[in-house]
Amino acid sequence: MQYILLIYENEAEAKSRSKEEGQRIFGEYMAFTAAIKQSGHMRSGEPLEGTATATTVRVKGGKTVRTDGPFAETREQLGGFYIVEAKDLDEAAGLAARLPAAKTGSVEVRPIMKMPM
Amino acid sequence: MSEFERLYRRESAALTARLIRSFGGDFALAEEVVQEAFAAALEQWPVHGTPEHPRAWLLQTAQHKAIDRARRSRRFEAPLDEPGLLALESEPVEPGNVFASEQDDYLRLLFTCCHPALSLEAQVALTLRTLCGLSTEEIARAFLVEPVTMAQRLVRAKHKIKVAKIPYVVPERAELAERLDAVLAVVYLVFSEGYAATSGDAWIRRDLSNEAIRLGLLVERLLPDETEPVALVALMLLHDARRDTRVDAQGDLVLLEEQDRSRWDRAQIAEGAARVERALRAGGATPYALQAAIAALHAQAPTAGTTDWPQIVLLYEALLRLLPTTVVALNHAAAVAMAHGAEAGLRLVEQLADLEELQSYQPLFATRAELLRRLERHAEAALAYERGLTLAKTEPERRFMEKRLRETRALTST
Repeated sequence: MQYILLIYENEAEAKSRSKEEGQRIFGEYMAFTAAIKQSGHMRSGEPLEGTATATTVRVKGGKTVRTDGPFAETREQLGGFYIVEAKDLDEAAGLAARLPAAKTGSVEVRPIMKMPM
Repeated sequence: MSEFERLYRRESAALTARLIRSFGGDFALAEEVVQEAFAAALEQWPVHGTPEHPRAWLLQTAQHKAIDRARRSRRFEAPLDEPGLLALESEPVEPGNVFASEQDDYLRLLFTCCHPALSLEAQVALTLRTLCGLSTEEIARAFLVEPVTMAQRLVRAKHKIKVAKIPYVVPERAELAERLDAVLAVVYLVFSEGYAATSGDAWIRRDLSNEAIRLGLLVERLLPDETEPVALVALMLLHDARRDTRVDAQGDLVLLEEQDRSRWDRAQIAEGAARVERALRAGGATPYALQAAIAALHAQAPTAGTTDWPQIVLLYEALLRLLPTTVVALNHAAAVAMAHGAEAGLRLVEQLADLEELQSYQPLFATRAELLRRLERHAEAALAYERGLTLAKTEPERRFMEKRLRETRALTST
């Protein structure tokens, strides 16, 4: 089974971190990534630029409407993701709990849909 | 309840639990074929007689239904990825060992129904549906929602179990305590829903409490090394032993001190009290054990006047340290009022009354009003009863507040 771990954090809080704090957290992510590569869970994962760089696209009546910002204003914003291989939800949730953002923000775990080929 | 309904309640959970495992965690399929097997039994047994081994018959029939379905869908669709189903064809049902792993299956089912990835509402509904064999309509009636809403809730939960792949396993040792807490919370919620005063259908509510006790006993039996289930069963038995005296013939609430103690179920109280001791000795002062100990002191007091209030206050203090909730704080205040006078209790209640989030908490106003009444501060009591009345949620609560309000108003005007 593949799951996506969607990392949500309060951007403003994350930005206001000291340099040392930021480096420490970056180090934790590097360690997490290395560990789940080692254990065979890692499929892929990327950090995202901030929501200030986001554009939301909708097509309405054949016309493309682009609006500045994320699709919804929420307290926490999507900041990155991992795609992992796990045997079931408990294992995937166990990986999610090891992410630094699980302590400061939240991590949404969603199964990736299997497309019939 | 008919003989057949009883058989259904007793056997459907065991069958479902076993088949979910065979079907690789497919709740919906297991449940549907179990339904079909019982429907077949209802048709065939009256004609051909009840089989010698009803369980084995039901299991075999349910398995055949599943195999039929798999064959049909294989004919119409792409081949299904269901190894469990195919394995079934070569798995004969021997009456002797049909449920060799029954205990383990029950535990898997219990922990999956009460999985923290499901909403609490869904956990409760799923537990009642699959483990207790209640119908969707019965569960809907118990929780005062439309049957269609309850049906959707169940479908959504089963869908999530399947698609997100919530494992059909007993949690590992390291996780067991935390996951067991979740199971016990569901059991206690079912009990409380059945015990809580009287809105909705009285019969289905009593049924809920009984099912909760049955579930608690099941958990106790399945996990004999754990003491929290023992404490929870004790708590439920002790409350349930008083259930018939909590409401009078007119359906009005009767306060603990005014209840007819001769009608309390003494055998059940003894059973509960013995469990309290066992739980406290083996597991220490956990929240359920402390609450059960409090319930035991109430249940064992020969009269309201001889209740050991100082001891109850101590138990509430211990409970408050573990479980600092408003409900506990309010009960503690009420116990202090009994042990050390209404004045002392009222002081604690007033501290709670200042909290913003409690401004619409009915029991707070009911307790405050009661203490003011005892202190003969009737005008203030009347105000608190008025507030309690506007916040009352059930009809008996409302009638009780109205009665007290009339009494205190009469005293104010003289």
